[in-house]
Amino acid sequence: MATQQTRTLGRVLIAPAVGLLFVWMIVPLAMTIYFSTRNYNLLEPGQDTFAGWDNFYYFLTDPSFIASLENTLVLVGSVLVITIVLGVLVALLMNLPIWGRNFVRLMVIAPFFVMPTVSALVWKNLLMHPVSGLFAWIMTSVGLQPIDWFANYPMLAVILIVAWQWLPFATLILLTALQSLDEEQKEAAEMDGAGAVSTFFYITLPHLARPITVVILIETIFLLTVFAEIFVTTGGGPGLQTTNIAFLIYSEALIQYDVGGASAGGLVAVVIANILAFFLVRIVGRNLEA
Amino acid sequence: MARKVTTRQAAVSTVGAWVVGFIIFFPILWMILTSFKTELDAFATPPKFLFFHWTMENYGIVQERSDYFLHAMNSIITAVGSTLIAMLIAIPAAWSMAFAPSKRTKDILLWMLSTKMMPPVGVLVPIYLIYRDSQLLDTRVGLIIVLGLGNLPIVVWMLFTYFKEIPKDILEAARMDGASIGKELIYVLTPMAVPGIASTLLLNIILAWNEAFWTLNLTTSAAAPLTTFIASYSSPEGLFWAKLSAASTMAIAPILILGWFSQKQLVRGLTFGAVK
Amino acid sequence: MGSITLEHVKKSFGTNDIIPDASLEIADRSFVVFVGPSGCGKTTLLRLIAGLEDVTAGRILIDGADVTNVPPAKRGLSMVFQSYALYPHMSVRGNIAFGLKMAGVGKAEIDKKVEHAASILNLTSYLDRKPRELSGGQRQRVAIGRAIVREPKAFLFDEPLSNLDAALRVHMRLEVTRLQRDLATTAVYVTHDQVEAMTMADKIVVLNAGRIEQYGSPLELYEHPVNQFVAGFIGSPKMNFIDGEAAKQAGAATIGVRPEHISVTRDGEGWEGTVNVAEHLGSDTFLYVDVPGIGLITARGAGELGIHSKDKVRLFAEPHHIHRFDETGRAIR
Repeated sequence: MATQQTRTLGRVLIAPAVGLLFVWMIVPLAMTIYFSTRNYNLLEPGQDTFAGWDNFYYFLTDPSFIASLENTLVLVGSVLVITIVLGVLVALLMNLPIWGRNFVRLMVIAPFFVMPTVSALVWKNLLMHPVSGLFAWIMTSVGLQPIDWFANYPMLAVILIVAWQWLPFATLILLTALQSLDEEQKEAAEMDGAGAVSTFFYITLPHLARPITVVILIETIFLLTVFAEIFVTTGGGPGLQTTNIAFLIYSEALIQYDVGGASAGGLVAVVIANILAFFLVRIVGRNLEA
Repeated sequence: MARKVTTRQAAVSTVGAWVVGFIIFFPILWMILTSFKTELDAFATPPKFLFFHWTMENYGIVQERSDYFLHAMNSIITAVGSTLIAMLIAIPAAWSMAFAPSKRTKDILLWMLSTKMMPPVGVLVPIYLIYRDSQLLDTRVGLIIVLGLGNLPIVVWMLFTYFKEIPKDILEAARMDGASIGKELIYVLTPMAVPGIASTLLLNIILAWNEAFWTLNLTTSAAAPLTTFIASYSSPEGLFWAKLSAASTMAIAPILILGWFSQKQLVRGLTFGAVK
Repeated sequence: MGSITLEHVKKSFGTNDIIPDASLEIADRSFVVFVGPSGCGKTTLLRLIAGLEDVTAGRILIDGADVTNVPPAKRGLSMVFQSYALYPHMSVRGNIAFGLKMAGVGKAEIDKKVEHAASILNLTSYLDRKPRELSGGQRQRVAIGRAIVREPKAFLFDEPLSNLDAALRVHMRLEVTRLQRDLATTAVYVTHDQVEAMTMADKIVVLNAGRIEQYGSPLELYEHPVNQFVAGFIGSPKMNFIDGEAAKQAGAATIGVRPEHISVTRDGEGWEGTVNVAEHLGSDTFLYVDVPGIGLITARGAGELGIHSKDKVRLFAEPHHIHRFDETGRAIR
């Protein structure tokens, strides 16, 4: 229990962390807000005038924003569905008695530890290349035409890459949760006459509800800002087909040099993220009590 | 399981699991294989699986031509450096929140959590401009600052959950045994906290090593870590798959090994303790 | 020397007064047990003496010196925790030696004292093991070893036996009592088990919702409880309480009589009732008897009485064994 002396010491020790994070948050955020109200373009530095709500207006009404918003939702939604559904299945599989489980774990976990730029380029070139990629060879071997992923299905390609990277995360978390499921609960269900499928839907799945929620929230927060994979494979294209909000803002800032517009966009992204953060914080907060 | 699992059941699930594991791991495996091929073989159709001329030449070329070593050093310095600095700031904070909590403690923790959720792209502009104007672009120091602050919430959170697991009464026993706060820290708390600190260190080095937003936007050549270096292969000239594979294999190998040891920490760290 | 005095000690958490006002004098070398139901504040009181909690008001004195604001490390007390709280990364030897090391005692001296404590507690062959390699009983002895080696002014025990199985608990009860007597050091012992309290204590403090209900020797508490709470808490099975007509006749709001003071006959004088449940232990017989107009009475008889469920019996108690309580629960002398 803390007595008076430990309490003051405590405050001193927290100060650097809190202070630094505060500065890290506030200063850039304040600047972003400031820039978002100005007509600041890096190519015309002298022309920095007040723009009021203009940047927001242009950003939100720009068709590229709508397109990027759609892409973001599609990307995040698809990856969530794929990783969670597959994650549950793989976790269930790995929870069974397996010989050499540790090695299987290694294989399943590996993609998460590969840096995004490597993943993206390996998928784009070695696997998805329409002529010499492995997928192309598989397709032709069964008599089908190889798919030119990045020309015809660029979004799907990006989704596949990102889902591959995040599957281990979902699997690991769901497997951890599965292993915490009390064996006795399943035995009680069996005594009550439940078969494998019933046990899954009535016992296992509800137990997984909480971790699945955590996975959804955490993945969403990180998936909203997918950047590297798009950067090295499609550069947002063809056209705007693989541009998500993050990439859109990046291109406005560092390709078109429209600081004002990019700042406005950045704030929009922050607002969206905050809404999601609110829910995650609530869940984690509840866990903190326990 | 209290009941016997038949060998046939175990065999089926084993085969199933290995197949699934293999499929998931395959792209990495394929990449590693390709790194040992000549460029011609790498590009060949139909693809050569095992029977090709195995060569180490790509590893040599990547080293010579593109100064792989420099970028690897950058990765090491920025990943380890940023994590160490974050730990230095986080350990006292986590200690204080775990052992001398106040009414504000929970709020502070949740606030820190929320700072991690801010999309980096939201502050790309000001950070880029600040860095440009203070000569921090393309510097290792600049990266260390950004990565350190970015990971600070996760480091604090992980340490907090590990510290919280240290039974309070063992520390009280030390106090009853006559230990001052300093001695309590040195002789009792730290030894018990070492595994947690090591785990946090490990996971965050991995996260910093793989970080691919700030590294791509704030560095170009001198301070470019491996993420940026590999990204430069996205628009190269000529045949490059084997070289890309070699460079990539070298880039991810250390992390795959470290990652193997840090699975449990991964779950704890990235879910902020919500799943343990 | 190890006398402990509490003067009007008060402890509150926020608006909650865990301990409103406690005053107590613990004599040097005595074995005092704090006993009471869960949440009565006995552990809190112990921790206040240890210094692990700050008092909200009042003073704590050890050997006449005011230690109210002295940190636990400097009070010269030893504590044995309910969970033992052994240092997991140190060997048994390291655990026991730690307090001496903190006090700056020389290595040779430390070794001597540790060996001595280990031999008293039969731990000599375990000195180099780590806590995780020990059984519950062994860990508990290490915790005790750690406490005695510093030769403190007093030992503080926080329910040390509650994590042990029944047989071990009985054995350790004896060990602790013997140890305290041999070392002639004051001991303050917290437990919820009134049997432990009765068998180990020189004096017992019965606590209820933060208040000290009675402070006296086990026999005093047994024969002359000052109120209904103490009367009902001490003694197993619990004292029978009867109100209504029977109590009024005795001139009280409630009367109480212990099961062991009720004699059971098939037909003699006393209340007539039907046996509801009969428990045969061989050494004793416990009868739960339905007495119309009075209630369910528990009676204990020595040996096997040959009485079974549904039998009709008569229950009688000598007048001097009947305790009388007024409407507030206080004992009427």
